[in-house]
Amino acid sequence: MLHIKCPHCGMRSQNEFSYGGDATVKRPALNKDVSDQDWNNFIYNRKSLRGKHWELWQHLSGCRQWIKVERDTATHEIFKTLKANEEIS
Amino acid sequence: MSQNFRLENGGLINRDKKISFKFNGKTYYGYEGDTLASALIANGVHLIGRSFKYHRPRGFFGAGVDEPYAIVQLFRNGETEPNIKATEQELFEGLVATSVNCWPSVNFDIGAINNFLRIFLPAGFYYKTFMWPKSFWYRVYEPFIRKAAGLGVASIKHDKERYEHKYEYCDLLVTGSGPSGLASAYAAAKNGARVILAEDKARFGGSLLTSEVNIGNQSGKDWADGIIAELKGMKNVTVKNRSQVFGYYDHNMLVMSERLSDHLPKTKKFHPKQRLWYIRANEVLISSGSIERPIVFGNNDTPGVMLSSAAKEYLKVYGVLVGKNPLVFTNNDSGYETAIEFKKHGIDPIILDTRKDPHSEIIEEAKNLKIDIKFSHVVVAAQGYKKVKSADIAKISENKEELGKIENIKCDCICVSGFWTPTIHLASQSGNKTKFKEDIDAFVPGISKQNEKTIGAANGSFSLDETLKSSFEAGYELSKKITNKDNKISFPNVVEKKSTVHDKFWCVPLPKGKSYKRFLDFQNDVAVSDIEIALKEGYRSIEHVKRYTTLGMATDQGKTSNLNGLQLVSKIENKVVPAVGHTTFRPPYTPVSIGAIVGREVGKHSKPTRKSPMHSWHEKNNAVFVDAGVWLRPRYYKRGNENLFEASKREAKNVRENVGVCDVTTLGKIDIKGPDAAELLNRVYTNAWLKLPVGKARYGVMLREDGIVMDDGTTTRISENHYHMTTTTAQAANVLSHLEYYLQLVWPELNVNVVSTTEQWAGAAIAGPRSRDLLQKLFPQLDVSNEGLPFMGYMEADLFGVKAKIFRISFSGELAYEVNVESDNGNFMWEKIMEVGEQLKIQPYGTEALSTLRIEMGHVAGSELDGRTIPYDNSLEGLLSKKKDFIGKRSLSRKAFVADDRQKVVGVVPLDKKTSIPEGSHLVKDSNAPLPNPKLGYISASCWSVEHDNPFSLAILKDGKNMIGEKLFVMSPLKNKVIPVEIVSSHYVDPKGERVRS
Ligand SMILES: [Zn+2]
Repeated sequence: MLHIKCPHCGMRSQNEFSYGGDATVKRPALNKDVSDQDWNNFIYNRKSLRGKHWELWQHLSGCRQWIKVERDTATHEIFKTLKANEEIS
Repeated sequence: MSQNFRLENGGLINRDKKISFKFNGKTYYGYEGDTLASALIANGVHLIGRSFKYHRPRGFFGAGVDEPYAIVQLFRNGETEPNIKATEQELFEGLVATSVNCWPSVNFDIGAINNFLRIFLPAGFYYKTFMWPKSFWYRVYEPFIRKAAGLGVASIKHDKERYEHKYEYCDLLVTGSGPSGLASAYAAAKNGARVILAEDKARFGGSLLTSEVNIGNQSGKDWADGIIAELKGMKNVTVKNRSQVFGYYDHNMLVMSERLSDHLPKTKKFHPKQRLWYIRANEVLISSGSIERPIVFGNNDTPGVMLSSAAKEYLKVYGVLVGKNPLVFTNNDSGYETAIEFKKHGIDPIILDTRKDPHSEIIEEAKNLKIDIKFSHVVVAAQGYKKVKSADIAKISENKEELGKIENIKCDCICVSGFWTPTIHLASQSGNKTKFKEDIDAFVPGISKQNEKTIGAANGSFSLDETLKSSFEAGYELSKKITNKDNKISFPNVVEKKSTVHDKFWCVPLPKGKSYKRFLDFQNDVAVSDIEIALKEGYRSIEHVKRYTTLGMATDQGKTSNLNGLQLVSKIENKVVPAVGHTTFRPPYTPVSIGAIVGREVGKHSKPTRKSPMHSWHEKNNAVFVDAGVWLRPRYYKRGNENLFEASKREAKNVRENVGVCDVTTLGKIDIKGPDAAELLNRVYTNAWLKLPVGKARYGVMLREDGIVMDDGTTTRISENHYHMTTTTAQAANVLSHLEYYLQLVWPELNVNVVSTTEQWAGAAIAGPRSRDLLQKLFPQLDVSNEGLPFMGYMEADLFGVKAKIFRISFSGELAYEVNVESDNGNFMWEKIMEVGEQLKIQPYGTEALSTLRIEMGHVAGSELDGRTIPYDNSLEGLLSKKKDFIGKRSLSRKAFVADDRQKVVGVVPLDKKTSIPEGSHLVKDSNAPLPNPKLGYISASCWSVEHDNPFSLAILKDGKNMIGEKLFVMSPLKNKVIPVEIVSSHYVDPKGERVRS
């Protein structure tokens, strides 16, 4: 079971969180023309990375904040966590 | 029967407390502090079961967790449990155990015929033979294997015992209370660290219980007792016995199983049987010790052949002799300790040492005691069937390949020591990269991945002095890092006998002309010849060899067999052991009962139960409940002998004719506030929201980004910047997360707050032509006319002194209202509605009538909004705004979603107007078409239309918009039904929607 540092609450057990997928995906702006390809990439196409991966988690049974977590998908090592409004560097 | 093999005195058992127990129907006696194994050996019982494959007789091989043989079926307090190691099971009064793997009895076992057929049962035999012919598998092979195999019988009764889970944090977890565990835990605790010390056995001390050493001016055991007593008294220390740390998971989470009651005749009232600890440790010190390794020789599985360390433990801890005429077969000094222990108790052992001329303190001691030692000697084969009777021994050449003249000597047990294997399971589970240590021919932990460190014998350190020094240091250093304190305790003086190097010899060659089975894996009956066959057949990877031969795959996970297996593979392959590598160690280290894993989450505790504030009223009024997610909702209210069908029909009919009331508390409710609330709604719903006036409700549909309908519901504008959103019962939690996602991550510029208020409001839907009359009686001062409170209107009012919200919305398609009050007033509201409604012929209705009403109206719900349909499919395309963008809009222009023959919801009526249509049935054009018959659609929901008094269903049908009036067939192979049907509009009642606006 992972131990995730919520930037708002501190170290918490994985079972308080729910997983939210790739954190680097940006939703195309509203009312903007988007090509089929770009929209498909946004909806469906994800890389299945081995190694460092920025992903979203929601602290569901805690502060209910969505957070960004940099995790190694192979070793589960967590390098960094960010608040929703903090940019991935 | 008397305990013939029990010494007059000695051991750590309580001789004042005699305990009776039964094994295979026979009564025996032992003492408090015995294990089932030690008590049986004391009674001279060495035949305990039959082996898994060949059904060869099985005795005891070890004295603890590594035991591969002595697995029994245990009976305790009216319950039975399989897969219990007799070497671990503590004796209690009235214990009953039986052998497994033997039929009809352990002494005469029919499966033993496998032993004589063994040339036909080589490696991979099951894979090769039982594959063909296929029909034989079910009729012949499987029943045979099922009868013959297995390690006992699982109980099919409900387990009445209580199992608990506990979550714990600590600075330092120490796994094992041998010398290294005690020293490190003590050093860390004294330096202020929060320590958990876990010991698998009942007694603390590990090897100190059986070794002749002095620490300080005490014996090793007394020193251990003193340290434990002191640790137990410290506030920052938790000391647990009977607790096995069996799994090392990510982020230093370890799981420990504590057996609180398995050693008692029955579990004390309100006590758990076992407790699973989830321990998040800052640092872990693995002090799991080492397990003695067997030497492989002919018939080395005969009862009476056992590990030399186990023989010593039976002597020193239990005062039990494993034999009175022992042979010790060793390649190192450990065997001598066992022999000396025998000698001290007046038994004359013979030592066979594979080494030519070793010298050490302990060998000198054995010589001085006049123990018969034969150097450069090996056991070629054990003789005897159900118990060792003698041993064929021989001198072995210096290159260890030639055997001298074989001689037979009498003995009743063979105590084997092939040196020691560090227990690296936990370290390996943690991700540690293990390395091979040449001088001990074994793997030890290498580079750590998590915060763990392995100490003592588990790290390949077999000298007590060295172990204690490094363990004190490790405990001190780690605690210093954590506590920043610097209390270093002084290090005690250690007296131990120095030993000399072991011989790397591990397998006795077969004498010419003999084909003795030489076993590597004792639990799964894997012999040297099986590995040879696997390699001959081309298996190379150790992982493949393992699976093909089942080496190390039994419940003991190869604790005694892994390394010898590796030695053999490397020898045949001419590789060094590290090049072959070991198989992956996976948790659990020892079997864990399913009950402990499940914990308290059984029966009604397996999920929370949510009840509405009106629940007790429903109960009192004969409601039959149904699970709706975690909610309990009334399905129908039973009158007399009514069944579900009759009751729901009556309730639905009463709504259409008079008025009904339904508990809708379970609907999700989300309070939305902020200057940008309207903008948020406008983005998440498909229709327009910016112009909704205050005091009005609107129906909305939400999509996922991929265009699939996520949820629907009504949202009401309470005031300028305040909205009340409702969701379906099932999607309440998802919708909240969905809104939070967009507000926090995608549009953080929107100034909006959302919070769930599902629990804060109790809701009652009143529906039917007389619902306005009812409302007027409930709120006499209010103008509830069609003008005063029009369809989709909202009002706040006073309900006999209670604050209420009135929404004019309808799910049933009738004139209807929803009244919400604060949860605490829910029951008051309900009773008022029933009281006032009595003269209007009100009846409560449950979810079944609710479904009937919405189905015949053609209102889509969960069975249509099933995560596979888009708005068009549900005839919700009228709610898609063309003027604005919203979540999921872009996806709706995908080719498949705009296809001309896209599926759409339709109504389905059986031609005979009688036959009910099973939900989930398929719609086909031709019921006689050859299979697979092309499917045009499926039945999503069925009811008995109370308006038309015939069955009616909703279906999602290909090209639904052009299918109205078509005749098709409903096919349900499951129910063996073919029903001719007509496709009609999904709006079967009041297609123009006049009633809700009346
Ligand atoms: Zn948090």
